[in-house]
Amino acid sequence: MSSQTSLLDPTAELQPSERQLLPRLSSLAGATIGLLDISKPRGKEFLDEVEKFLIDAGATVKRYAKPTFARIAPLELTQKISTECDAVIEGLAD
Amino acid sequence: MNQSTSSSSYALVVKKDCPTCALIEPMINNLTEGSVTSLTVYVQDDASFPKNVANLIDDTQLEFSYKNTIEIVPTLIRLNSDGKEESRIVGWDKQQWQEFTGINDLGAKLIDFKPGCGSKTQDPGMEEVLALRFDTHLLKARKIELAESEDIMEACFDRGWSDGLPVVPPTALRVMRMINGSEREADEVIGRVPPDYVPCSIEKLAINAVMAGCKPEYFPLVIASVEAALQDRFCMHGLLCTTYFSSPVMVVSGPIAKQIGMNSGVNALGQGNRANATIGRALQLVIRNIGGGVPGGIDRATMGNPGKYTYCFAEDESDEDWASLAMDRGFQRNDSVVSLFAGDGLQPILDQQSREPASLAKSMAQSLRSVANTKIFGLADAILVICPEHRRVFRQGGWSKSDVKEALYKELLTPGAELVRGANGIAEGMPDKFKEKMLNKFRDDGLHLVTTGGTAGLFSAIISGWVASGERGSQIVSQKL
Repeated sequence: MSSQTSLLDPTAELQPSERQLLPRLSSLAGATIGLLDISKPRGKEFLDEVEKFLIDAGATVKRYAKPTFARIAPLELTQKISTECDAVIEGLAD
Repeated sequence: MNQSTSSSSYALVVKKDCPTCALIEPMINNLTEGSVTSLTVYVQDDASFPKNVANLIDDTQLEFSYKNTIEIVPTLIRLNSDGKEESRIVGWDKQQWQEFTGINDLGAKLIDFKPGCGSKTQDPGMEEVLALRFDTHLLKARKIELAESEDIMEACFDRGWSDGLPVVPPTALRVMRMINGSEREADEVIGRVPPDYVPCSIEKLAINAVMAGCKPEYFPLVIASVEAALQDRFCMHGLLCTTYFSSPVMVVSGPIAKQIGMNSGVNALGQGNRANATIGRALQLVIRNIGGGVPGGIDRATMGNPGKYTYCFAEDESDEDWASLAMDRGFQRNDSVVSLFAGDGLQPILDQQSREPASLAKSMAQSLRSVANTKIFGLADAILVICPEHRRVFRQGGWSKSDVKEALYKELLTPGAELVRGANGIAEGMPDKFKEKMLNKFRDDGLHLVTTGGTAGLFSAIISGWVASGERGSQIVSQKL
């Protein structure tokens, strides 16, 4: 496929052409937030602090971890998070 | 063609792969004698041809040929002093060329006549390629540039353009070919599509028809189906919003069905025929993508029905004496017509025993009571889909379509007392005010008869209508192509 692949927009063009982010949560209160530790050093400590903040804001927090930071998350893990959580925060770096 | 009277400039368009062009190659340089003051040669396929020509222009991109509407090579054009075309000749006719150029012995050694070849601009599919190359203003839709890492099929899903099945990626070339399947201009607006009521151009329809998998020859029917859906009496907006099952059901009558290879035979309401499948789907994609009507958004159907992917079939019109749905609606047999009905899934009527029309009509009437609810009358219209073998029972018994309708009407007349709320121990039913009246299952003009399907099987069917049938909701609409 050419890197210049171009398609014609089938819509009424009421939205920007760039792909849009999924709708953001309007409030953390009552929401279930996943914290995904990508398994880099000190990620746990950092996410512990984030968790305190989220709980203070009224959210329920669930913790997850990737087996290794070097690989993308296994499908089972992403499916588990999307089933159980309203949103996820991923600890990306050490 | 005017005979040359004064000195002129000429343009000659040739292609190497044309025997007539090859024939005249040796005398092309002789063209600059006599009254011809300058000659520019344009070659369509190989810039090494013709040999030894001073002003040779590589037209392998076909810009000159396209902009000057060259259909045959060789074409010799005489230009006036402003460089504008005065007249042209095509192919090789020795006397004609001699008169046109004023060179009396031009090509004296060649045969007298040889017809030309098709210009490369006339190759299959080239029309749209060249339109996109040189008439870029024709398409107005926003271009969506994909990243190198994107899969083109997944990109269409990701952007929300799909009904859940893969769509054909709408490239400009495919869209241009789709538009050219009709006689309509790309920027013509045919109406406003609900629920967002945005103006809908032929180009936007074509984009969605491409995605649905339509061939360009289907496009006039797609356009007509959208025009039908936009008729006020069809109430597309309300139909889209309903929690009920209904969605447009498309019935195609007249010559167009055979012309584009629609199925009105075995499995006519099933899968497997490209025209049936994609034309019905195109209408749904138009509502989704142009109108903005998506499930869970404006579309609030409790369950929906599988026909919301596509629901389109052609009538069996093999019995000349049996009126088509289009004829019932005032059109002629030779008119190509698409009708839209706000309908649901398919409810079978099995009757393998009735050999007399009266029995079969009673049998069908009993089944028709099931539309919406056996105790709800006058709320939902219906299409009775009569299979060819059941139609044969009626025809052999000497019944016309209107005889069938009349018998069904009589059979379905029912005392209100049997239907009111609470009757038969069922809370659902008609309001109490109908208790003393005789009610009919369907409104006047609320039951439509069509024939389709294979010639084996005594199985007819009901397509139940929306429970908001009639003036307060949706009525069947027909649109002639």
